[in-house]
Amino acid sequence: MHIKISVQVAAFDVGDETRELGRVSNQVGAITSFTGLVRDINENTGVSGLFLEHYPGMTEKQIAQIIAEAGERWQVLAVTVIHRVGELLPSEPIVFVGVASLHRGDAFNACEYIIDFLKTRAAFWKKEQSVDGPRWLTTRDSDVETAKTWRSTER
Amino acid sequence: MVKVIFFASIREDLGLNETEMAIDGVSTVADLVKSLVACHGAKWSEALNRENTLVAVNQTMVDYQHVIHFGDEVAFFPPVTGG
Repeated sequence: MHIKISVQVAAFDVGDETRELGRVSNQVGAITSFTGLVRDINENTGVSGLFLEHYPGMTEKQIAQIIAEAGERWQVLAVTVIHRVGELLPSEPIVFVGVASLHRGDAFNACEYIIDFLKTRAAFWKKEQSVDGPRWLTTRDSDVETAKTWRSTER
Repeated sequence: MVKVIFFASIREDLGLNETEMAIDGVSTVADLVKSLVACHGAKWSEALNRENTLVAVNQTMVDYQHVIHFGDEVAFFPPVTGG
């Protein structure tokens, strides 16, 4: 499996990343991707920006572990995970998960699995700038529940 | 000594990115927290003993009963909110 993991300040280009996944092997028959953007509203409060930090070294290891788990569950040829850190403005892309596989079912499932666990297991923290001032976000119960459902759907 | 690092709200609450702490004998993360609180005061007790505070030793998640050794890297942080 080809794996690319990047935690970076710079923006990324979804088209470039998707094309790169398509080039890893002639076996690739399906590429799925998820792109997360900064919303300008959260829990009914206007958001003017986000600050993201991570734990260099540990974060990348956790992402690699999540990708390895997806690779055990589904037939995956390549995975790219890019997560931005630093100051971000509304509508800017934060996270990209791309999966190349032989068939779409594996690509869709692996992509969803990876983003679900990125949200609950990878060492990133978001601080929101809103009209009420800055605040560190807390883990969403709904994200924890979503990640838990994968545990009960062993293949 | 062990290297102790803090992230996100805990880093801000303590006003410190990282510090070092001497350990002796068989020390657990809980022992380290006691030493840090003894050194720095009640504010540290509140931040490091929060119900949702997480700890990693050498970049692996552990609990407060985990035994630490000379040269370890111990990190304290709140629940993660990436993606």
